[in-house]
Amino acid sequence: MPSTKIDINLKIWRQENPDAPGSFQQYSLAGLSTDMSFLEMLDVLNEKLTLEGREPVAFDHDCREGICGMCGAVVNGQPHGPEPGTTLCQLHLRHFRDGDHLVIEPFRARAFRIEKDLVVDRSSLDHIIQAGGYVSVNTGGAVEANTIAIPQQIAEQAMDAAACIGCGACVAACPNASAMLFLGAKVSQLALLPQGHPERRLRALSMVGKMDELGFGNCSNERECEAACPKSISIRHIARLNREFIKAALFAE
Amino acid sequence: MILDAKIPDGPLAEKWDRHRFAGKLINPANRRKYTVIVVGSGLAGASAAATLAEHGYQVQVFTMHDSPRRAHSIAAQGGINAAKNYQNDGDSIFRLFYDTIKGGDFRAREANVYRLAQISNSIIDQCVAQGVPFAREYGGSLANRSFGGAQVSRTFYARGQTGQQLLLGAYSALMRQVHLGKVTMHTRREMMDLVVEDGKAKGIVTRDMRTGAISSHAAHAVVLATGGYANVYNLSTNAMSSNVTAVWRAYKRGAFFANPCFVQIHPTCIPVHGDYQSKLTLMSESLRNDGRVWVPGKAGDKRPPGQIPEAERDYYLENKYPGFGNLVPRDVASRNAKEVCDRGRGVGETGLAVYLDFADAINRDGIETIYRRYGNLFQMYAKITDQDPVKQPMMIYPAVHYTMGGLWVDYDLMSTVPGLFVLGEANFSDHGANRLGASALMQGLADGYFILPNTIGAYLSCCTPGAPDGSARIFADTEKEVETQLARLLAVQGKRTVDDIHKELGRLLWDHCGMARNSAGLQQALARIPQIREEFWHNVLIPGAGKELNQSLERAGRLADFLECAELMARDALDRQESCGCHLREESQTEEHEARRDDARYAYVAAWQYRGTGQTPMLHQEPLTFANVTPSQRSYK
Repeated sequence: MPSTKIDINLKIWRQENPDAPGSFQQYSLAGLSTDMSFLEMLDVLNEKLTLEGREPVAFDHDCREGICGMCGAVVNGQPHGPEPGTTLCQLHLRHFRDGDHLVIEPFRARAFRIEKDLVVDRSSLDHIIQAGGYVSVNTGGAVEANTIAIPQQIAEQAMDAAACIGCGACVAACPNASAMLFLGAKVSQLALLPQGHPERRLRALSMVGKMDELGFGNCSNERECEAACPKSISIRHIARLNREFIKAALFAE
Repeated sequence: MILDAKIPDGPLAEKWDRHRFAGKLINPANRRKYTVIVVGSGLAGASAAATLAEHGYQVQVFTMHDSPRRAHSIAAQGGINAAKNYQNDGDSIFRLFYDTIKGGDFRAREANVYRLAQISNSIIDQCVAQGVPFAREYGGSLANRSFGGAQVSRTFYARGQTGQQLLLGAYSALMRQVHLGKVTMHTRREMMDLVVEDGKAKGIVTRDMRTGAISSHAAHAVVLATGGYANVYNLSTNAMSSNVTAVWRAYKRGAFFANPCFVQIHPTCIPVHGDYQSKLTLMSESLRNDGRVWVPGKAGDKRPPGQIPEAERDYYLENKYPGFGNLVPRDVASRNAKEVCDRGRGVGETGLAVYLDFADAINRDGIETIYRRYGNLFQMYAKITDQDPVKQPMMIYPAVHYTMGGLWVDYDLMSTVPGLFVLGEANFSDHGANRLGASALMQGLADGYFILPNTIGAYLSCCTPGAPDGSARIFADTEKEVETQLARLLAVQGKRTVDDIHKELGRLLWDHCGMARNSAGLQQALARIPQIREEFWHNVLIPGAGKELNQSLERAGRLADFLECAELMARDALDRQESCGCHLREESQTEEHEARRDDARYAYVAAWQYRGTGQTPMLHQEPLTFANVTPSQRSYK
């Protein structure tokens, strides 16, 4: 489809710092190419604001290839916008119509803090990983890589889970602000692979405990996370997390 | 000053063993008395930090991102090389060494590259043990694919997300050490300067990107793993915030900068489509395993690809290089793409693109197999371009991707500033004048997991254990310099945005210091860069204040350093009057217009020493000698 030019009306959450009250501000942009990405549209807005002597909109972004997990905002109520399986940086204006009104706000959750405008502190996700999202193996202590055969299908399922980019859209989409999909993806990856087995019980208990402690909610099967996930990670991984957790709770020492 | 790379004696295959035996060790009980700062949390930084912490050192990690998992290593797609020879196709440590040094056009050190090949196998073992879900065969063993510049299949991969999976492996090891209290993480902190006293690295000065607070951090050794500087071109495949600042500040504090002009232009990127474009997207080179590169045989042929019959297509790589075909190294593929486009045979709206066609592979292997190999890449391409590579060929064009140049380091990965170590893309080692695909991940992890942790002890054993010994005054002075520069930037209040000036610099470099270079163009760049720099310091417009989250100020600080770095790149390119590796020096070509290397005059590492503002930097040459391979003119025919 050849590119055309469209006008877009924006309503963006502006907040000076974590403690300041925020509010929506309106902006209009005219003649945007539909080949432009969503973040390039924000670039255009920021160049315009800067030249007008106004403060540009702060937003997180980095790779712009949909893999670093840095970008993300809620667009018209949907984290990462309307396209399924797409990060905000990979969303293009061809999915919008001339004259559309877009409301853009940060990912909101009790365990996330708004730093400024659309920039959010998601370090709570790192804290969940710190609680056990790894195999405890020191550098140098590994056996030869082909020693343990892993069925292709299992490796593929583990990879499906491991594709999580840690953006936090699942949390922002969940009515309970739960991190179960994020957590499930990591627990599931390591439960599927033999390397993760020695620590699987402790891992499930400790990571879930940390998630609760950090103020994330619990899962009530809304499936909003799955719908918002830019990597289309399935809630099957939450089911596997639940099985891991129950087994661990029943049989742990 | 004579550059001493401290290459160990003995036969090539025994150097690393001998060196580890000769190096001083630190008693495990004493290691906790040493603090090491690691800047950057990509493959090299995260793996180094985790391993140093496992050894027992106190580690402080600084990243400009909100989480260490965001580092740009995450975007590497295709894979990681190792000399496992699982395919029984003639691979060996020596062959990986040979391919890498030949791929680098004989501009890297034999000893370093051989060590890299030796370590490659341990990296795969380590990553598998961490739970990295590499692709596997039906029988459960690890799968391999082939990559440009090699005739064996030695590349391990996790779909098209190998960098992500390896980084998450290193990240998880790092997170484990944070949990154990051995690593302190500092996120959203940008390194602003290196603190040097008595000629030694004593710590760093950082800016908290949330509050703008400037602070100092002392250590016994500083490790830079801050990546490459390809964003000097503005448009590159690097992440938006990848920058040269940490490396540049270290250069200005005395670390030599080696081979700054060695820049890799990646052949398979999505073509540029508009002037609002913020970055270029790489399509993994692994696509060239199954994709066939072609353009119309005649210039100006505007028919859609499907209507151009087989006989009227020019599969120029297959025709010109029958031995390697579509798998020629990156520089050869890039240069040929530019050449056919310059002759008017390029495709797409701008004429600056060539086709990468999967039709034959899909007919041969079936769409499911092709999708399993490249599914996520096909999706990414479709998302950006709105075209389906299954139905019509991809369009690709070269883009700046990787910088082989970086801070000069010796065999221990220590720079010319004692106590300052440099890893991964930030250093200059191992890839010579051109990096082969799937070798960056290998180098980053080799440096971080296996080399630095074994070499840093020799330096630390000479430091007094306990509190790091930099004086309060030197930290205060360095902080003051940082504050002054930031205040100067904010005070300009001119009329042009940071991005606008960056675009101008980028275009200039792409035109005159890109794939093909010549003396006149480089001199023009050298004349123009100081003018753009002047313009920047007199006319840049940075909104907001210093003591707050201010992304314009962050970008301005980085551009200020790019504007200086660009000049050094052009100067280095001008000095090197030979075609070599990634770039063609137009004055140095064979009769068939292939690159002509000049070993008699340029078989050296160019290491530049900073001598102060307005002074011409001094060139030091580290001669490269080859005792185990014979430098040949590269031929992929």
